[in-house]
Amino acid sequence: MPPIVKATNLTKSYSKGIFALDNVCISVEPGEVLVVMGPSGSGKSTLIRTFNGLESFDSGQLNILGITLEGHNNDERNIHRIRKRVGMVFQQFNLFPHLSIIENITLAPIKVQKKKKAEAEQNALLLLSQMGIESHARKYPSQLSGGEQQRVAIARALALKPELLLFDEPTSALDPERVNEVLDAMRKLAEQGMSMVVVTHEINFAKEVGDRVLFMDSGKVIETSTPDIFFLNAKHERSRKFLNQIKK
Amino acid sequence: MKISYNATAQLVIALIVILVVSILINNLTLNLIKTGLGFNFSWLFRPASFALAEHPLPYSPSDSYAWALFIGWLNSLKVIFYSLLLSTLIGTCFGLFRIGKNALLRLVSAGYIAIIRQTPLLLQLMFWYFVAILGIKKSIISPMGNLLSISNQGINLLGVTLSAEFTSLLLGLSVFTSAYIAEVIRGGINSVNKGQWESFRSLGLEESIGLYKIIIPQALPAILPGLTSQYLNLAKNSTLAIAVGYSDIYAINDTIINQTGRPIEAFIILLLSFLFLNLFISNGMEVLNSMVTRSTKL
Ligand SMILES: Nc1ncnc2c1ncn2[C@@H]1O[C@H](COP(=O)(O)OP(=O)(O)OP(=O)(O)O)[C@@H](O)[C@H]1O
Ligand SMILES: [Mg+2]
Repeated sequence: MPPIVKATNLTKSYSKGIFALDNVCISVEPGEVLVVMGPSGSGKSTLIRTFNGLESFDSGQLNILGITLEGHNNDERNIHRIRKRVGMVFQQFNLFPHLSIIENITLAPIKVQKKKKAEAEQNALLLLSQMGIESHARKYPSQLSGGEQQRVAIARALALKPELLLFDEPTSALDPERVNEVLDAMRKLAEQGMSMVVVTHEINFAKEVGDRVLFMDSGKVIETSTPDIFFLNAKHERSRKFLNQIKK
Repeated sequence: MKISYNATAQLVIALIVILVVSILINNLTLNLIKTGLGFNFSWLFRPASFALAEHPLPYSPSDSYAWALFIGWLNSLKVIFYSLLLSTLIGTCFGLFRIGKNALLRLVSAGYIAIIRQTPLLLQLMFWYFVAILGIKKSIISPMGNLLSISNQGINLLGVTLSAEFTSLLLGLSVFTSAYIAEVIRGGINSVNKGQWESFRSLGLEESIGLYKIIIPQALPAILPGLTSQYLNLAKNSTLAIAVGYSDIYAINDTIINQTGRPIEAFIILLLSFLFLNLFISNGMEVLNSMVTRSTKL
């Protein structure tokens, strides 16, 4: 099977001399969970946002699900094809506040996949019950806790039956006691074989669910290791320094 | 403690307002008595004896002043209503261009907004009337065959004839107001969290669907108050009709004052008709506003 994501020498700079991405090479295999770690400003968000065309890049090659993305001036249709097959979950949930939970989830299936409303709602309820929040279907986002909102956001991303899920710090905006309900939902997805790229600082999640850890600093990939090696025996001095800091 | 302070302050302000208003009313009646005019509306029912080029309802010079004023009010309503629609349409387009992806449209829109906002409305009206419409000379331009023909007599659109005066006022008011509406629209849309754009985009939704389903509904609460004040401005600016010779309520009122020598009564009528019109506009927008907040809040 070809890789889900293949990035070669991906480079991007917002301002001269400062690189958000600096010759990043990475591939994600089908069914793999890649955890991305690194200090603030190291380029983690920028990297995963190029994977669904939310962010452009300056040079290098990027192939997502067999579709090649150019750095700039992409054919809108290619970006569209990718977005239909790649889901994304944001730190701030980004639910649509004026739509009910079920409308949040069914909007894309109805408008993008041209599903019938009844069918889309049935599927949405199924996803909500998998997330353990089916009782909230008719409520509005502001009536839910952060953890519940984030699980709705995951259900919304799943509604398009994506082949790759991108998570950008999905638990960073949550109260500590709400973190695990979201991580558990993500763990279940990984067990079902979903390919995922997860930016997170949750060490336990990375250890237990991650297949590989990608560590970035200043836009560069410092190392890519299995969690066992990364957390116990990181190859790089910079990685060990970072781990010491976040363990504190 | 705070409540009683507020109550006292309000009482004092109310007293001051009552005092000022009564002094003004007193002055007015004293002056009217002094000049021997008195306060009198009976002239309203005398024949107006002037002709009106445009009248949505039947009118002849033998009709009363009151009827002439009513015709003027209808003429004002007509031009305000159509300018409101047209300015909203143009303003929304330029507002969307201004934030869109197309660099050329962004530039064009920024230029349009800057030029329109930096020249006086009176000048623009003169431009539309004397240059754009009367400047056509006698020759008739028909870009769409029988559907649309333009000449210095005005515009003929689908068999409806719009006078040169009405057309230039309509275009002048609409274009002028549209530049402000474009800024209101842009501001409203920019007030929506950037994450909402990323969110609908990442779901594979088209820009147009996302704009319509996600962004605009959330921008409306920020847009409507600004839109209301632009509509009220438009209604007030419509009195510049007199500059292009369109018979709106203000222009007719002006003629009546010259003929009857009753400026105070005439201005009271003018004031009340505008008060009524603007209350109508702001209440209409208020209803719209509460509908929107009810459907987007929670
Ligand atoms: N829109 C932007 N304009 C200019 N610079 C930006 C922009 N977005 C990101 N950057 C810069 O690019 C670099 C990488 O940012 P990025 O958001 O990818 O980091 P990150 O690893 O996700 O950080 P964090 O952990 O804080 O989310 C940083 O130096 C950041 O300041
Ligand atoms: Mg980030």
